Amino acid sequence: MAQYVQMIALSPTMEEGTIQKWNVKTGDKIESGTVLCEVETDKATMDYESTDEGTLLAILVKEGGSAKIGDPIAIIGKEGEDISSLKKPEQKPVEKKTGIKPEKAEEPEGFKPGIAPPRTKGRIRISPLARKLAGNYGIDPEKIPGSGPGGRIIKRDIVKYAAGTKGQGEIPAVKYQPDVLKDEVIVLNRNRKIAAQKLSESKFTAPHYYLRLSVASDGLLAFREKINSEAGNVKISLNAFLIKLAAESLKRHPVVNSSWDNDRIIRHGSIDIGLAVALEDGLIVPVVRDCGNKGVYQIDEELRAMIARARENKLSLDEITGATFTISNLGSFGIDEFTAIINPPGSAILAVGRIIREAVVDEQDKIGIQKTIRFTLSCDHRVINGAEGARFMQTFKNNLESPYHVLL
Amino acid sequence: MAGNKADTYDIKSFKKDFLLSLLEKMVLIRRFEEMASKMYGLKKIGGFLHLYIGEEAVAVGAIAALDLKKDAVFTAYRDHGHAIACGSDVRALMAELYGKITGISRGKGGSMHFFDVKNHFFGGNGIVGAHIPVAGGYALKLSVKGEDGVVLCMFGDGAIHQGSFHETLNLARLWNLPVIFICENNQYGMGTFFKRVSSVHNFSLMGKSYDIPGKQVDGMNVLTVYREVSEAVERARKEKLPAFLEIKTYRYKGHSMSDPATYRTREELDAYKNLDPIVYLKAELIENKLLTEEEFGKIDGKARKKVAEAVDFAEKSEEPDIKTLYEDVIV
Amino acid sequence: MAKITMREALRQAMDEEMARDENVILLGEEVALYNGAYKVSKGLHDKYGSARVRDTPITEEGFTGIGIGAAIGGLRPIVEWMTFNFSIQALDQVLNNAAKMLHMSGGQVRVPIVFRGPNGPAEYLSSQHSQALQSIYAHIPGLIVISPATPYDAKGLLKSAVRNDNPVVFLEGELMYAWEGEVPEGEYLIDIGTADIKRTGKDATVVTYGKPLKVVTEAAAALAGEGIDIEIVDLRTIKPLDEAAVYESVKKTNRCVVVDETWPVASVASYVGYLVSKNCFDDLDAPVEVITSEDVPMPYNHKLELAVQPSSEKVIRAVKKTLYL
Repeated sequence: MAQYVQMIALSPTMEEGTIQKWNVKTGDKIESGTVLCEVETDKATMDYESTDEGTLLAILVKEGGSAKIGDPIAIIGKEGEDISSLKKPEQKPVEKKTGIKPEKAEEPEGFKPGIAPPRTKGRIRISPLARKLAGNYGIDPEKIPGSGPGGRIIKRDIVKYAAGTKGQGEIPAVKYQPDVLKDEVIVLNRNRKIAAQKLSESKFTAPHYYLRLSVASDGLLAFREKINSEAGNVKISLNAFLIKLAAESLKRHPVVNSSWDNDRIIRHGSIDIGLAVALEDGLIVPVVRDCGNKGVYQIDEELRAMIARARENKLSLDEITGATFTISNLGSFGIDEFTAIINPPGSAILAVGRIIREAVVDEQDKIGIQKTIRFTLSCDHRVINGAEGARFMQTFKNNLESPYHVLL
Repeated sequence: MAGNKADTYDIKSFKKDFLLSLLEKMVLIRRFEEMASKMYGLKKIGGFLHLYIGEEAVAVGAIAALDLKKDAVFTAYRDHGHAIACGSDVRALMAELYGKITGISRGKGGSMHFFDVKNHFFGGNGIVGAHIPVAGGYALKLSVKGEDGVVLCMFGDGAIHQGSFHETLNLARLWNLPVIFICENNQYGMGTFFKRVSSVHNFSLMGKSYDIPGKQVDGMNVLTVYREVSEAVERARKEKLPAFLEIKTYRYKGHSMSDPATYRTREELDAYKNLDPIVYLKAELIENKLLTEEEFGKIDGKARKKVAEAVDFAEKSEEPDIKTLYEDVIV
Repeated sequence: MAKITMREALRQAMDEEMARDENVILLGEEVALYNGAYKVSKGLHDKYGSARVRDTPITEEGFTGIGIGAAIGGLRPIVEWMTFNFSIQALDQVLNNAAKMLHMSGGQVRVPIVFRGPNGPAEYLSSQHSQALQSIYAHIPGLIVISPATPYDAKGLLKSAVRNDNPVVFLEGELMYAWEGEVPEGEYLIDIGTADIKRTGKDATVVTYGKPLKVVTEAAAALAGEGIDIEIVDLRTIKPLDEAAVYESVKKTNRCVVVDETWPVASVASYVGYLVSKNCFDDLDAPVEVITSEDVPMPYNHKLELAVQPSSEKVIRAVKKTLYL
């Protein structure tokens, strides 16, 4: 019966061979040991000796052609035999003999990781490292359940326990729950996606520098109180005042109210100030337009309306983009001072800290109590030079300490 | 010396069945080795594979001189032919090459470590020359127990310069152990022609230092091998004396599958192929009207079928269970 | 109970086993007419004759291999190496043949043989004749490795070794042959793979085997004078190791010192130390201490050669270290 001659590995590392020369032709009689062809392997040219006997019925790979191991290269059979119905040899992928890893379930007994006997009464099973950490944290290991083999207390138990009891009087026994450590995937809403993209773009492209300034806010706060007492029901927010005073300062330093636009700077006509507002699941920056020409009442009213709509997620894209200057106030969170990331297309953002009551020495060397607010201005150096930014801050400080300056 | 001239025996003195059994064994070894080579090429078999093609007359002729009920055979790592000559089941041998649990050594030995104790075949040793004293030790047991068995200790020309060979020859003569040392001189220790590394080119002289008689034997003629080994076996059995034979032969293939054998010429190989032990015995039998071409075809067909069945058996056999790796380490 | 030497205990073991089983033979250099280089085989040639007690030429590889072949054939040979220093000449036979035949043959070939002889540091012998080589043998799967410390253990274990169906490497201390110990009259066997508590104590466990048991015992006496009560676990068999006995003791004392006269790297001691550190992790009050020979070839000078080896002072220091004293 006719059969295929398959390419074989003629060197241990051969995967494929090129037939350089056929030493026999169709119709030739083949014996065991007859050199059929010369095969170029990855190493050398080797003779391919037949292990079959009969007549060469067909050559399937011509000289110069290559064949992978197992590929049929010729057919040997009886003279005149019909080979049209000959089945091709099964082309199973060659099994690699090396690298067969025993499946886990099949691990022999000797390979089982050593499991220590269960925790004996009266003695605490704890790793030396965990014991040291427990000492550092001042934790009594007796109260901690161990999650290691045989109930051994290990580092993660101490760390978890310490984290869970911070600032509490009585230390509750924390049951170790592996689920708590599971990762969670949070799908971002549109606003967060935009914010993430904008902020990273800003931080990584705009060269930031920071100007820090402490301002005595007693005058402003007294001023605000006065206005509020006169305004009846309406209570104008501190942020509205800050926006108004910043707008007045920007009028005097239009370079700070500008944008970087590739290789040019756009100086904006309108002063559009954004205010960063924290939402439950993110951050939004509603923009009050043309603050230079609006009074503090109007600014406050617009701001209030926009914040209310922001919380309902109803702000349009127009209302939250295009700020030429931004203010971020974390004072209500007790933050002393911080640096913010510039909110494009603006070139500066003003970070506002909390009102701090502090002792100060005045110019007459007298000690008094002052309500200080620390401001940090982040500037895009491509647009605003250091001195320009500093001059702006000087003006802003004057406006804040003596709001009547805006009239000058 | 390797020239298979029939001048040392009269073929008519042998029984026809015996002659045919020698031919059958040689053909079976040849077909087994060809198939092993093919399966190695198809990556069914891994590791070292040392083929016996061309040397069949040595194992078949020598082992035919034994009574395997009481005698024993030890050899090195080119051991397929010896196992088959001892009567091992070719299915278990092929399964061993495949590393299957049904292999003759349960998939733990592979090509170099065939063992078949029930047929008194003791391997299958991979360290050149290291089995020579072990074979001597088996003969010591026969000697101490007063049994009349003999041991055939076969090794290649590469082993003859190992200390273990010389140490064992000395002890074997000193203690009169019934062991026949057979150097199968296939002329190449791996890629090195034996004359390049030996101060003596006639190895049969090497027993002389230990007062052990030696002889060179034509290893391409199975009947010559049989006659000479039989003589040595009888002497060892009766006189309890060791003997040493250098049997000259030739391997057609490289040392192992990774050896392209570029250290020898095509002409040299072809010259030996003209002395092929199977072809020669076949011709001699036909000439003496003890065999027809048709009968030879049947013998060959039978061998091919056995080997094909062996491959089928090996393919279908199970891999050893992982837990078996702790078995056969300590009794 | 009669007090006899280690040499006599070993001789009795071989004598009794040769009398019991005619398949037991003894091979080695000077074992017959000379009565043994260390006189361990004294009288055996006279009693059992040249067929069973054989002098060999100085060919360790040859006669070791012959012993292995005889074992395969069904005899139960005892191969005596004049010292373990020379056993390395035969290491291929032990490592590649004796230890592997059972495995390579898929369980068909058994090699019931004992390789024995003196091992370990002696005196004034310099580097080639004064070394403890058991870690090399313990490293090889397929071997049983035994190293007794007393005449009683030596006799009972050697008899068990002769009857065992595996190749057994049996290491005797060269300096121990003249040491005496109590051995009962009648026949007895000791199970291979069982450790022995040579001294019970509560404060620290000292694991040892073979000749260093002497310095450990001396250290125990000295420590007892200071009110420190150590437990001594004598492994007796290195492979297979009686792990349970070691762990049980360490769980009681919470401290462990391993004393071994081999070199430190990849040694019996380092392996035992690893096992204790891992399996008694929660029971240890101090890191495991290991006392071995120094990692140098043995010098000839006596002061230096003593400094190389474990001593009772070193053991005392290590025990105190585990007690934070």
